[in-house]
Amino acid sequence: MITLYTANARIAVQTQIQYRAANYFYMIGMIAEPVVYLVVWSTIANANGGSIDGLTAKDFAAYYIVWTLVRNMNIVLTPFAWEERIKDGTFSGQLMKPVHPIHEDLAQFMGWKLVVLVLWIPLAIVLALLFKPSLSPTMLQCAVFFFAIWGAYFIRAIMQWSLGLITFWTTRVGAIFEAYYLSELLLSGRVFPLVLTPHWFQTLTWFFPFRWCFSFPIVALTGPIENRDLFIGLGMQLAWILFSIGLLAIVWPRAVRRFSSVGG
Amino acid sequence: MPVIEVDELSKTFKVPVREQGLRASVRSLVRRETREVTAVDAVSFTIEPGEVVGFLGPNGAGKTTTLKMLSGLLHPTGGKCSVLGLEPKGRPAELLQQITLVMGNRNQLQWDLPALDSFELNRAIYRIPRADFVERRDELIELLDIGELVTKPIRNLSLGERMKMEIAGALLHQPKVLFLDEPTIGLDITMQRRIRSFVADYNERHGATVILTSHYMADVQALCKRVIVIHHGRVVFDGDLSALSDRFTTQRTITARLADGEEITIRSLREETASATSKLLADYDVVDLTIEDPPIDDVIEQVFADAHEAQ
Repeated sequence: MITLYTANARIAVQTQIQYRAANYFYMIGMIAEPVVYLVVWSTIANANGGSIDGLTAKDFAAYYIVWTLVRNMNIVLTPFAWEERIKDGTFSGQLMKPVHPIHEDLAQFMGWKLVVLVLWIPLAIVLALLFKPSLSPTMLQCAVFFFAIWGAYFIRAIMQWSLGLITFWTTRVGAIFEAYYLSELLLSGRVFPLVLTPHWFQTLTWFFPFRWCFSFPIVALTGPIENRDLFIGLGMQLAWILFSIGLLAIVWPRAVRRFSSVGG
Repeated sequence: MPVIEVDELSKTFKVPVREQGLRASVRSLVRRETREVTAVDAVSFTIEPGEVVGFLGPNGAGKTTTLKMLSGLLHPTGGKCSVLGLEPKGRPAELLQQITLVMGNRNQLQWDLPALDSFELNRAIYRIPRADFVERRDELIELLDIGELVTKPIRNLSLGERMKMEIAGALLHQPKVLFLDEPTIGLDITMQRRIRSFVADYNERHGATVILTSHYMADVQALCKRVIVIHHGRVVFDGDLSALSDRFTTQRTITARLADGEEITIRSLREETASATSKLLADYDVVDLTIEDPPIDDVIEQVFADAHEAQ
């Protein structure tokens, strides 16, 4: 399995290197979103006497600069890709291989992140020089962050892969996927740090996978966070990964059976 | 023991039907009508190890559906089949390790990278030991004459060149059974010939069993001793290619070259060929004479026409 993942990751790196310019434009587009959030929240914080709920402009800067890395790390195969895969026959080819097709996607997106990481570093430096973040993580926070970004990746990857399988039952799945993404936008900490939201809202986010894909890895590095909460967060990520695998184990055989009865 | 056993295999699809117009569209929102289409209807045959069998039929006859059921991509709605003693339904890894499906119009290689990189990926997927991989890869490169192409990105290759890469990639794990679905579609004559000779060579070297579908009769004539003709999901002929002509054609073409250089071509009924030839030899100064069955394309056309009439 390690050989399979290494080979796929290598393929992804080689492919992405071919599209250097496209990757740079992609990265520039990617940082536009957090920069907008950062400017808005910093302006509100400054207008509010320097902070909102204890978060200063420099804290927001740290949050959204780490956000850019977390976002790049948790990019996965979009569920929209399935329709095309079925239509162009790629999926039939994948089914003819003696390994589960999810491994190819997981491995290729993991490899792609290595390229993205290299491109992200100079952009992060520019953002840090411009917005001067307040960031002083402990060694433990750094270690937890490392695992948390991969945890976030696996939750998102497996959940969205499973979600994409809805395509096997109905081809017009855009509305379902949009509802999923809207929920993620609100409940993940992507638009606003969850610490700014009411207590009941924060409690609600525990019951969805989204918080563990955005807010948790970001806060694990930027803080403030108790050591205990770092481990609880990793535990929650593990729980969601296991849940996603369980979900996939239920949906996948049915999806393949459906494909096998309808054809492609 | 047969490599492929197919017994009363059937496949029925439910397809939505809707009449033209807005009213029908609205009605289909609440009540969706479907109709059953039988793509494969109680097909039976067996294929022995090392056989190269041509699977013939017009568009929509059920050829690809049958191949997909044999490779595990589709589940039969009736009957059963086995490949290498295993049931394809459920796609057991043990079976997928030993078969391959090449579809003429589908690309399975990494579009942006040279084929060599895709080959490496296949090595990892099929867990091919490094030494075996290098030997097989080099053999395929030599047989398909693709030494200069394997380092070019797939997207920069012509259709025929890409097809050769697809075939090489699909054979790296040295499958025992090859399902080739129109492998020469859209290729020029030279490329078709190369792929044909490669398949023949591969079959001879490795004793692989091959089922080939093609609309080019030249493919079938060059590779297949046996053909299975399928029409409207049913087998209408299963036997030697030569027997196909005997059974479905009533005429033969006699061509005589005369001493003065003129050429005469006549068509006679099969049972009258001998007397027609004698008359020709008696009446003319013949220096050369050939007696041929009609072109195989004509024969196949006749088969389909007969099958259509029978229904």
